[in-house]
Amino acid sequence: MRFALFFALILLTSYSAVQAQDRIPENIQIGLSTDQVSITSDFSGAELTIFGALDNADPLIARQGRYDVIVVLEGPPRPVTVRKKTRVAGMWINTESVIFRDVPASYSMALTRAPQDITAPDGYRQLALGADNLHLQPLDADGDPKTIEEFTRALRERKEAEGLYSTRPGAVRFLSQSLFRASLRLAPNVAVGTHRARAFLFRNGMFLRETSAQLTIRKAGLEQRLYQFAHQNSMLYGILSVLIAIVTGWLGRLFFRKD
Amino acid sequence: MSVNVFVLLAMGGAVGFLSGMFGVGGGFLITPLLIFYNIPPAIAVATGANQVIASSFSGALAHFKRKSLDLKLGTVLLAGGIVGASLGVSVFAYLRRLGQLDLIVSLLYVAFLGVVGGLMLMESVRAIRRSRGGQTVTLRKPGQHNWIHRLPLKMRFRASKLFVSVIPVLALGAFIGFLASIMGVGGGFIMVPALIYLLKVPTNVVIGTSLFQIIFVAAFTTIIHSTANQTVDVVLAFLLMVGGVAGAQYGARVGQKLRGEQLRALLALLVLAVALRLGFDLFVRPESVYSLSPAGG
Repeated sequence: MRFALFFALILLTSYSAVQAQDRIPENIQIGLSTDQVSITSDFSGAELTIFGALDNADPLIARQGRYDVIVVLEGPPRPVTVRKKTRVAGMWINTESVIFRDVPASYSMALTRAPQDITAPDGYRQLALGADNLHLQPLDADGDPKTIEEFTRALRERKEAEGLYSTRPGAVRFLSQSLFRASLRLAPNVAVGTHRARAFLFRNGMFLRETSAQLTIRKAGLEQRLYQFAHQNSMLYGILSVLIAIVTGWLGRLFFRKD
Repeated sequence: MSVNVFVLLAMGGAVGFLSGMFGVGGGFLITPLLIFYNIPPAIAVATGANQVIASSFSGALAHFKRKSLDLKLGTVLLAGGIVGASLGVSVFAYLRRLGQLDLIVSLLYVAFLGVVGGLMLMESVRAIRRSRGGQTVTLRKPGQHNWIHRLPLKMRFRASKLFVSVIPVLALGAFIGFLASIMGVGGGFIMVPALIYLLKVPTNVVIGTSLFQIIFVAAFTTIIHSTANQTVDVVLAFLLMVGGVAGAQYGARVGQKLRGEQLRALLALLVLAVALRLGFDLFVRPESVYSLSPAGG
């Protein structure tokens, strides 16, 4: 009896010792059901679901809900011109512009909770996480800092208005202690190209780990072929457009002739 | 860009109906309508040019058969047109880089539609008044010559019974070609009055000749826009064409029942309405003063 109790004690202490020192650190993984999304001409936006898992999660912390996950889907970087209209002689005319390089075409972020409940603003800044912390670089870095700041703000604001930059608290849900699901929104005008999905794991507000996966978004079928054709053989495309017009005009006359 | 197929077919049909009714190409209506439908102006212009080919070809065939078409005059106009259109496309690309394309396209539309619509309205109201008074009017007054007929390098155009210098013909062609490539129109609404009033071409060959040269200028513009700017959307254009050629036939039948001056007054009002709407948009504070566009393209 005494022996048995002693043994149990040893077991207990050794268990907590492992937990404190040799515990394997948590890891995070995400998986996409497909690495390619094809959009058709009538694409009006879609929900993209990303599944992920925590390895070696501490059951206690998981039960208390102190693990947080942020999943970000970032569109391909593109140069962007931001223009500002001012009133000239009563008309609204583009007068100023700033070019930014490598602006992510889209940036959608899904979180387990509201951003401020996961970690401090500094934490986001260090990870360059969130649309507000994206490093947007003007092509001409020597411009007036005030103007650049104004246009950077406008760039984010327009992207948000177009639904391309978004933040969705509560869009990452734990399905079990270790399994989670993130739903991200693909805007109707989502950019074609390679998007990067990244997942960030936090424990008690501390950043632990990051993982990423790639997703290619492309136009489907006829639309894709036409788009490629128009950009690669643009002259032939133009000639064919003309021929189509001529044939349509000719057929139109055949079908509907009145003289 | 997401658009509704039926909206485009209906748009093409409505413009085709009007173009059949009034005997105009309809490009000057298609491009503003596409802009109202939130198609970027650069694409609206190039696609409009593509659509114009179909309606002009359809119309020119009819005139070709009736021989109400001056091939020689059309060819000289065309030579000027190609030069003007090439220039226009480079200006177009330049304005697009500057970010002023949308503004210039709108301004050109407002100016031209406003002037042409206004003049047509005045002329047709006068004609309606006169016909009420019981007088008949002829547009062409033979023997009356203006400064244009004193220019050198004269050429004879038999079908038009015309003996004029090639300079104004080439210049007119180039001017229309330039506008066609920037505005995405065939230019019939400027070409027809210019041929009648400036060059004194007989009315019966004017429309056919104008259509003939528009086919080639629009075709040239489409190819250049496609090569230089990749702004032709053939699917969009095709839907507009299909609606357009069908609508044109019904429009033509209705047009035959209406009186000429009333028809012109109606068209003038329509043209003025489009000009007003485009002009109005320039003066209204935009939803956001900032806009984004891909850089370097």
